[in-house]
Amino acid sequence: MAAEPESPEQNSDRRTRRYTTAKLLLVVAGMFGFGFALVPMYNALCQLTNLNGKDKGMLVSSNVQEHEDDSREVTVQFLTTVNGGRVWSFAANQAQIKVHPGKLYTVMFTAKNEEDNAVVGQAVPSVVPWSAARHLHKTECFCFTQQPFAANEEKQMPVRFMLDPDLPRDVNMVTLSYTFFDVTQLAQSVSKPKS
Amino acid sequence: MAHEHAHDDAHGHDDHAHGPDKGIMRWIKTTNHKDLGTLYLFFSFTMFFIGGLMSLVIRAELFQPGLQFVDPELFNQFTTMHALVMIFGGVMPGFVGLANWMVPMMIGCSDLALPRVNNWGFWLLPFAFTMLLSTFFLPGGAPAGGWTIYPPLVLQTGNSFPILIFAIHLMGISSITGAINIVVTILNMRAPGMTLLKMPLFVWTWLITAYLLIAVMPVLAGAVTMLLTDKYFGTSFFNAAGGGDPVMFEHIFWFFGHPEVYIMILPAFGIISSIIPTFARKPLFGYASMVYAVASIAFLSFIVWAHHMFTVGIPLAGELFFMFSTMLIAVPTGVKVFNWIATMWGGSMTYETPMLFAIAFVFLFSIGGFSGLSLALAPVDFQYHNTYFVVAHFHYVLVPGAVFSIIAAIYYWIPKWTGRMYNETAGKWHFWLSSIFINVTFFPQHFLGLAGMPRRIPDYAVQFTDFNMVSTVGAFGFFVSQFIFIFNVLACCYGWFGRTRNVSNQVWEGATGLEWSVPSPAPYHTFEDQPLVGDDGMPVHGDAVAAAAH
Ligand code: HEM
Ligand SMILES: [Cu+2]
Repeated sequence: MAAEPESPEQNSDRRTRRYTTAKLLLVVAGMFGFGFALVPMYNALCQLTNLNGKDKGMLVSSNVQEHEDDSREVTVQFLTTVNGGRVWSFAANQAQIKVHPGKLYTVMFTAKNEEDNAVVGQAVPSVVPWSAARHLHKTECFCFTQQPFAANEEKQMPVRFMLDPDLPRDVNMVTLSYTFFDVTQLAQSVSKPKS
Repeated sequence: MAHEHAHDDAHGHDDHAHGPDKGIMRWIKTTNHKDLGTLYLFFSFTMFFIGGLMSLVIRAELFQPGLQFVDPELFNQFTTMHALVMIFGGVMPGFVGLANWMVPMMIGCSDLALPRVNNWGFWLLPFAFTMLLSTFFLPGGAPAGGWTIYPPLVLQTGNSFPILIFAIHLMGISSITGAINIVVTILNMRAPGMTLLKMPLFVWTWLITAYLLIAVMPVLAGAVTMLLTDKYFGTSFFNAAGGGDPVMFEHIFWFFGHPEVYIMILPAFGIISSIIPTFARKPLFGYASMVYAVASIAFLSFIVWAHHMFTVGIPLAGELFFMFSTMLIAVPTGVKVFNWIATMWGGSMTYETPMLFAIAFVFLFSIGGFSGLSLALAPVDFQYHNTYFVVAHFHYVLVPGAVFSIIAAIYYWIPKWTGRMYNETAGKWHFWLSSIFINVTFFPQHFLGLAGMPRRIPDYAVQFTDFNMVSTVGAFGFFVSQFIFIFNVLACCYGWFGRTRNVSNQVWEGATGLEWSVPSPAPYHTFEDQPLVGDDGMPVHGDAVAAAAH
């Protein structure tokens, strides 16, 4: 450290340097926070654009009004995937059905735990085309909650859904896909799935 | 602002000892910007060497189809670690080292603003990389999910995962401290008369680079922290099963990642803008437009990140936005290339080694820019994403771009640092061999990519064999050629082959700038009394020479 006393000038120089450093450190802290703020921003944007089939419209209560439009027929396909390709066999009982917008349909899915121990599954849905995502409403879905399976248990799981009549005119085929994840470990912690 | 004697924490050591301490403690305790610059450059060289050896393993494996030397798991470890070591250990510390040496000497101040932080920032790096490299010896081996550390793949990394995250945190802290130091120095410690728009472009580009670092390194830190909590603490930021989204990681990563690639090229722009005017013996053409071009590149780099993600499934509007914003970057980049060429136009050019590397930079970096533009077209990228075409693109901008600029900078300034001229003949050999072999290595990779060879895979279809063989030969040739450089540098440092300290202050006939007003070798402390800078960017009274030597 300085053996001689500092001149007032050096003192103020040092103060401006400290000040600039402090400001920059604030920017660093702010940007670290911004990284995390990107998470809710991203989710909000996905809701807005129906990306990844993440859509509020998929979670409606069971008192949804039916007003069938039988002049229109839309094909709904069901895709099933098991993440990592293990643990379950998982399929829709029908590969596709033809539906009228505005009417509720129920489709059954079958999943069988191929392991000799209990596991917990979570299905994550996704809809294409994205423009259809907001018009697909579900009153019941095995994806709303985590699904516990006993060793080798086989389950029949219903999805009750409706395409609303506002579905864009150019959409005549909608694909609803489910990916089944093994969340046995995650289920022990508190986190709750969003959709 | 003229100091009497800058007796502040610029001197961690005894006030009136104007030489360095002796022995190893000099390097461990030093707060001197020149010592730290040397340390950074030495570290960067070491990392280039280690990363280079890894790339040779990769190229050896790819010499022929089938598996020869390494199994796929080890191959993936080498591609991942090669990139991490080169980017965070080679290129970035190399530029920080040059900034340490040159920024204070270019703006006429005695040291960086925060010398102790500077020491600390440097010494984090050997620890970070020792840890990172030690993962090769852990059960399960080194990280192998690619330098882009995408989940869910990276979450399958074994014991080395937390070490990887911790190492990235340390590198990030080191970069941030270095960046803050540089900004504070440039904003507050310029010599009287050194107005912002008189600063050499190397200082300008580093100022803007430092701002980029401050803005995006914390975002990377956030992203890797989220990975860590996803793996160990049950969060689901990127876990679809828990309501998260792995694609979100790519957004956050590339929000850091694209500015990061500019962090690796803007200082290079500054170096080339210093070298070309010297050897063309003309002032830089369009100085102000150069500054504005760098600033606009830096700004644009924040709004183009999804060009790395055209194929993940973003809406059409997104594809279009990121396609056009990416192509927009070519405009300021084109301005820079144009200005470099205009600087050379009609100049009395000589072709010493730094100039040769600078000219090669202009040509070869532009090739990398063109392949980048091709990839910027979303429909084209659907075809070429994750192929060797991308590998060719980023190696053209990074090796004959960033790395050539570091080499050029060292040839250009080493006479100032050591007082000895490097061997010009050896320099020319080094230049020609490097330039030829680098093209032999990477040019065929364009064809491989166009023909559909995927990146990051140790085996390939037989029709790709010929180009891969050429590429491997080039890689080995390039690596071997660098020994000429190592000898040339060491000969300057240690006075081998009868090299004497006989260069003038100015060193190069056409060189201007404060750094050329101090003696060669530059004394341990320069500009303790700040010079008054005239309109030509040189000291007004010539008293700086006396002051510096004192
Ligand atoms: C005109 C300027 C540039 C344009 C238009 C451009 C465009 C692109 C695009 C579209 C990609 C994504 C390719 C893909 O993955 O499919 C890419 C990748 C890349 N670029 Fe550039 N680029 C430019 C300059 C640079 C510079 C200056 C650097 C670094 C110094 C750079 C480094 C990289 C790297 C490292 C990657 C690959 C990242 C990875 O996937 O591992 N680019 N570039
Ligand atoms: Cu980019």
